[in-house]
Amino acid sequence: MNRLQQLFEKQQKGLLSIYYTAGYPSLNDTLKIAETLEQSGADFLEIGFPYSDPVADGPVIQASSKEALDNGMTLPILFEQLKDLRQKVSIPILLMGYVNVVLQYDVEAFCQKCQEVGVDGCIIPDLPMYEYEEMYQTTFEKYGLSNIFLVTPQTSEERIRKIDGLSNAFIYLVSSAATTGGNLSVSESATAYFKRIADMKLKNPFVIGFGISNKETFDAANEYASGAIIGSAFVKNIDKDNLEGSIKSFMKQFR
Amino acid sequence: MTVSIKKMNYFVDERGYYGDFGGAYIPEMLYPNVEELRQKYQTVIDDEQFQQEFKALLKDYVGRPSPLYLAKRLSEKYGANIFLKREDLNHTGAHKINNTIGQILLAEKLGKKRIIAETGAGQHGVATATVCALRGLECVVYMGEVDIKRQAPNVARMKMLGAKVVPATSGSKTLKDATNEAMRDWIANPVDTHYIIGSVVGPHPYPDMVAQFQSIISFETKKQLKEQTGSELADYVLACVGGGSNAMGMFYHFIDDESVKLVAIEAAGKGVSSGFSAATTTLGKEGVLHGSRSILMQTEDGQVVEPHSVSAGLDYPGIGPQHAHLFKTGRGLYASITDDEALQAGLLLTQYEGIIPAIESAHALAYLEKMEFKGGENVVVCLSGRGDKDMETYMKYFNL
Repeated sequence: MNRLQQLFEKQQKGLLSIYYTAGYPSLNDTLKIAETLEQSGADFLEIGFPYSDPVADGPVIQASSKEALDNGMTLPILFEQLKDLRQKVSIPILLMGYVNVVLQYDVEAFCQKCQEVGVDGCIIPDLPMYEYEEMYQTTFEKYGLSNIFLVTPQTSEERIRKIDGLSNAFIYLVSSAATTGGNLSVSESATAYFKRIADMKLKNPFVIGFGISNKETFDAANEYASGAIIGSAFVKNIDKDNLEGSIKSFMKQFR
Repeated sequence: MTVSIKKMNYFVDERGYYGDFGGAYIPEMLYPNVEELRQKYQTVIDDEQFQQEFKALLKDYVGRPSPLYLAKRLSEKYGANIFLKREDLNHTGAHKINNTIGQILLAEKLGKKRIIAETGAGQHGVATATVCALRGLECVVYMGEVDIKRQAPNVARMKMLGAKVVPATSGSKTLKDATNEAMRDWIANPVDTHYIIGSVVGPHPYPDMVAQFQSIISFETKKQLKEQTGSELADYVLACVGGGSNAMGMFYHFIDDESVKLVAIEAAGKGVSSGFSAATTTLGKEGVLHGSRSILMQTEDGQVVEPHSVSAGLDYPGIGPQHAHLFKTGRGLYASITDDEALQAGLLLTQYEGIIPAIESAHALAYLEKMEFKGGENVVVCLSGRGDKDMETYMKYFNL
């Protein structure tokens, strides 16, 4: 059982997860940000490895990705930075990024490296489900990685059941039809969607992301889900000249 | 062990692959949109009423069939029979409209009310805005901020046609970023919107769907060759490749005729090894871009590299998955032509035949210089567009 599975085994309420882009604001901030987030009460983290064409992302993460690439971030560099991860950080860590970067690195080598540095799972939004199932699932499992799937308001029940069957940690519920960085409006249709998923009694817990930006939207998501993921709002708030301070003050509203 | 000689399949399989290429590498937010298309596109296209409407519009609105013209002076110069497939004579000036007519009819059948598109030079944007005006549908075209500045006349045409032109300000602010923005729009508007992709790229079923709509080019060519030469087959068929839609249309009905040599011409820009090139098959590696597995120009780390070509229509870092398959299997010959060679070929055609070609098409023409003919071969070149839009580039280059 990896750290992520252990976490969800013991806690299924009020979890706070933070996404940030590796290599932003400066190339070597990756571990420092992870440590500060753990100290500030984050329950698990998603570390994004940047891609030049991030279609699922809104303007904030596009910009942080571009800056990270300009700073020279690559997967080999990220893995090098994460070498000492488990001496410093104990909460579960996911890597998040687009499939082409993983394919060029080589999927098996990627999984092996993840295990070596202590990464617990991945979110690769443009990796097709059939391809994961047929080509990569056994590799992911061999290296103890959880693959996290996304579900949207338009995902059919049949597909959600299939995703539930392939998941072994949690399901990532995308709050609305949008890229990252919007604002969750806790509308009737959104709550109906969250309730619909909750009523499906899936074997995996779910966590809500996209549009979670503050205490209010975080609490709203937690009414239905095991937790919520904050990305763009956190990234936007990072102050390069006051890295720790800006992270801690952002986290205060939640913890 | 017996070796069974199986006929190679160059077309899409039921899962959306051409050999190793194709598929649908899309985030879950796009899955319902793409899945709806995947389930319905072939049924809609095969419907008799759809076919009648499509053919009627191609004939009466686009002006098809486009002529297959035996270019006599060019033929004399090269010592082969050079036929030009005159897609430049289509309404809006290029082959792009074949696809947008097909997709707008498909969008109507799917009950969509709003159309989005990406465009580089603006040709596909204009072709999309045109069919939206024709059918009275809302139209939003994404175009890189840099391209908007470079292509003012096409921006004005789209606006006059009633389209909203939205600048893509992310990344390099060109075609690939416009494509990203259109995908983001589609993510945010999954129910009422159809995305008209302009080339044989994108997630399955786009490459196959666009190829089918463009296949009218080779369908007509075969008939015209039969009338003019007695055989429906040529020795060579040439076309330029950016994403590859005119080339796929030009190759489509010849693919299984293995005696016909298919030649695809990419843009070498300032030279294949200059760092300013769009010669994807030479410079690229296998990977995933814009929803399909294909060949693309990328760094070792998998970041997409900015291409360069004097012709905006070829300025794309990938090629469609079917092209990647034709390239890898050796069924197609993929070559490249520099900016200079293309511009010279454009001038040559103008002065030999009185036809000013689009600089994209001029890349295909330029390759004639590099071919050796025994004499008497039949060669078809797809003249994918006219050069009106490129006059400023020609004027600057030749000091006109």
